[in-house]
Amino acid sequence: MNANAAPRTTQIALAKARTQDPGAFTLLLRKLGPLGIAASIVLIVFVLAAALAPWIAPYDPDFPDLLSALSGPSAQHLLGADALGRDLLSRLMWGARITLLGPALVILIATVVGVVLALLAAWNRGIVDTVISWILDVLFAVPGILFGLIAVAIFGPNLMTVVVGLSIGYIPYVARVVRGAALRERNMPYVQAAWLQGQSGFGISLRQILPNVQPIVTAQAVSSLGFAVVDLAAVSFLGLGVQPPTADLGLMVKSGFDSMLRGQAGEAITAGLAIVLIVWSITVIGDRLTSNARSIR
Amino acid sequence: MSVPAFLLRRAGGLLLVLFVTSFIVFGLMYLAPGSPLSFVLGPRGGTPEQIAAVTAQYHLNDPFIVRYFAWLGDLFQGNLGDSIVYRQPVGDLIAGRVGTTVALIAFATVIIAIVGIGLGLIASLKGGWLDTVITTLSTLGLATPTFVIGVALISLFAVGTGWFPTNGSGGGGFDSIWHLTLPAIALAVASAAYLARITRASVLEEEGREHVQTAVARGLRSPLIIRRHVLRNALIPITTVMGLTIATLIAGAVVVESVFALDGLGSLLVRAILQRDFAVVQAVVLVLVVAFVVINAIVDFLYTLIDPRIQLGSKQ
Amino acid sequence: MSQPLLEVDDLRASLVTKYRRLDLLNGVSFTLDRGEAIGLVGESGSGKSLTTRAIMRMLAKGFRTEGDIRFDGESVLGMNRERLRRFRGTDVGIIFQDPRAHVNPVHSVGDFLTEALVRERGVSREDAERRAVQLLDEVGVRHAERRLKQYPHELSGGLLQRVMIASVLLAEPQLILADEPTTALDVTAQSDVMAIIEEQRRARGLSLLFITHDLELANACCDRLAVMYAGEIVEQGAHVYDAPTHPYTKELMGARPSIDERLDRLPVLEYNLEIHEELKARAQA
Repeated sequence: MNANAAPRTTQIALAKARTQDPGAFTLLLRKLGPLGIAASIVLIVFVLAAALAPWIAPYDPDFPDLLSALSGPSAQHLLGADALGRDLLSRLMWGARITLLGPALVILIATVVGVVLALLAAWNRGIVDTVISWILDVLFAVPGILFGLIAVAIFGPNLMTVVVGLSIGYIPYVARVVRGAALRERNMPYVQAAWLQGQSGFGISLRQILPNVQPIVTAQAVSSLGFAVVDLAAVSFLGLGVQPPTADLGLMVKSGFDSMLRGQAGEAITAGLAIVLIVWSITVIGDRLTSNARSIR
Repeated sequence: MSVPAFLLRRAGGLLLVLFVTSFIVFGLMYLAPGSPLSFVLGPRGGTPEQIAAVTAQYHLNDPFIVRYFAWLGDLFQGNLGDSIVYRQPVGDLIAGRVGTTVALIAFATVIIAIVGIGLGLIASLKGGWLDTVITTLSTLGLATPTFVIGVALISLFAVGTGWFPTNGSGGGGFDSIWHLTLPAIALAVASAAYLARITRASVLEEEGREHVQTAVARGLRSPLIIRRHVLRNALIPITTVMGLTIATLIAGAVVVESVFALDGLGSLLVRAILQRDFAVVQAVVLVLVVAFVVINAIVDFLYTLIDPRIQLGSKQ
Repeated sequence: MSQPLLEVDDLRASLVTKYRRLDLLNGVSFTLDRGEAIGLVGESGSGKSLTTRAIMRMLAKGFRTEGDIRFDGESVLGMNRERLRRFRGTDVGIIFQDPRAHVNPVHSVGDFLTEALVRERGVSREDAERRAVQLLDEVGVRHAERRLKQYPHELSGGLLQRVMIASVLLAEPQLILADEPTTALDVTAQSDVMAIIEEQRRARGLSLLFITHDLELANACCDRLAVMYAGEIVEQGAHVYDAPTHPYTKELMGARPSIDERLDRLPVLEYNLEIHEELKARAQA
């Protein structure tokens, strides 16, 4: 053996000690960085406020305290009240539920359908790939939000209609990215090894390829989520989504816009700012995850 | 691929997409619950004669396929049907509004190109605190929905100071530009922020390329290197994003026109949806899809001028 | 006795970061006469390419360069920005390893070749193109006029490297730095390209600093060899190939596969404590 055998093994051991088991949580924090951690805290605050709204909201979001209508922040109403005297803080918390849950549903549907289409196309190639790519091309030819609007035109303004419509618009974006990644993975030796072992195409796609494209799927889902929040809030704002008196951030900007023309900008500012913070935090987290998903490759 | 062959193929693709989307849009509208009759005749309904007249006028009794091809045939003759709500030909409704939408999108595109590319260049070439400020601003701009910016702009510059009108399209010429300024800015912010990020990233990436080393080693002056070897190459990703951005502006215009009460295709679409004016919805959706596909084709054509490695019609 | 064209004296380069300092060149010294060719050989990471970049003053920000580099008696490290630009543009030319990466893909071959002449030296476009065609001819590129209108991706690697050589010769430098000019090419293109560099160098009486892994090639076309290891030249001279004296050089020469005998395993350069100790001792002295 040569002279460096001993120090070399020590080095490897040291390197292992450094990289091994810093804990998944520590790794995640390191990935996010200071800005990403700040964004995560913002998002967690909104998620908690939304989730716990029924228990911690100071008022019933629909209760009209007509005496306080269009009042500014006070001890009674921390953020003030809207034109009907409803407590803005409570409406903000209840509204965040829909503003967060709706887009999450959009992305969930789009991701599941998109990943299934992508894996089908990548594994079967040939005619299946051609047909799926063709469907995706047609979907790409229509601006995403139009699907939501078309759905509303047919089935009437309603949250689930918009969610399903919008998710169709997001499918091609997920599918295209995942299809590309899955095609790369398909050519990897480990996939061929699994194939030679007699695993089925379905099994390989599910157990071998999917875990390996998972970081890309996650990154794509998170960055699409930001756009979905914007799109869904926009549809609500246009009056084509959730209907009043339900609390929703997009609707609050709409009714706040009317109050603003009457001189009270509180509702528009709170709701608008809340949307910006939510989208900002999701975008930053998505950015951090994406840049890391790339650096791994 | 030659230019005519490329155009022919793109035209073919466009027809195919139009055929499919028109079929889907028409099919879904056909399946929609509720009869258009009730919208024409009002909640109390009409006399049997009125119902028969309206049914005949809008071909409500024919089978689906017959109605679809009749509609398609009319479409090719430039007849987009009649609006049930406005009681006017849809073609006239669209013709009267398309100018506003095109002007809005063009105005926003100019803002996006100047501000987005400009800020991206400053951030990447100057660096330092300017870079930090621009990067932070662009992240915020990207996170702010168009309608929130619209509401904010109206409260600040229209209601607050009275510098700009709160709504309407204006009476042509300078008045129109004045009316469109705030809407165009609202429409431009998110895309400009995104373009600034892309510009910054591509310039930084190109600066690190080996061929830039060659240019330095040949003793070229820095301005020349920046212009001919960094910016020229960064133009490729910038154009890509610019093209995609203009296409998304079509969807954004729907929102902005509603916020600023502009009489364009977007606000027409929203009202038509609320009033279940299907002929208008179908026609406007098709017009927007055509615009979307055509813009994408133009961008693909521009690539070949910018990047000699890409052949017309080749898939990347 | 005339002055050497290039004198490198105790050249040191280190990468200084917030946390630590990495010494990458630890006192490189050599001279290169007019018309002379030196082969700079050594393992990957020994600092060969870094030496050429340091001579061109093209090290990235964060590098600190010390020592002395003299071109025709003038200190390169002391040049102002304008003089440095002319030094790079007209006195010295560098041929890079991978022409595919080092030629801008968006400009035509003609633009690439004439760019420096037209933009920096005020030569008319027609004149520059005429010269470019002539030079392409000389380096064995056929249909030169047609090539000018083509783009880099339409040319093979070997052809593109000839274009790169032509672009360097167009500037009429006195010194050429060739940084593994044939490594990225396939075997047949390698010998062609090397022959062209050799031929042009002799015809024009240029000096050459030739960087390579290929000991035979370096020996065949250079007057002297200089062997680099861990950021310094351990041995140099005309004798190195046939009669190395330094232990590292001996081992390096011993690691060459030979045509005469058949080996089951090729010799491997081990991390050699002895050499390392000796280098350390010398560095401290």
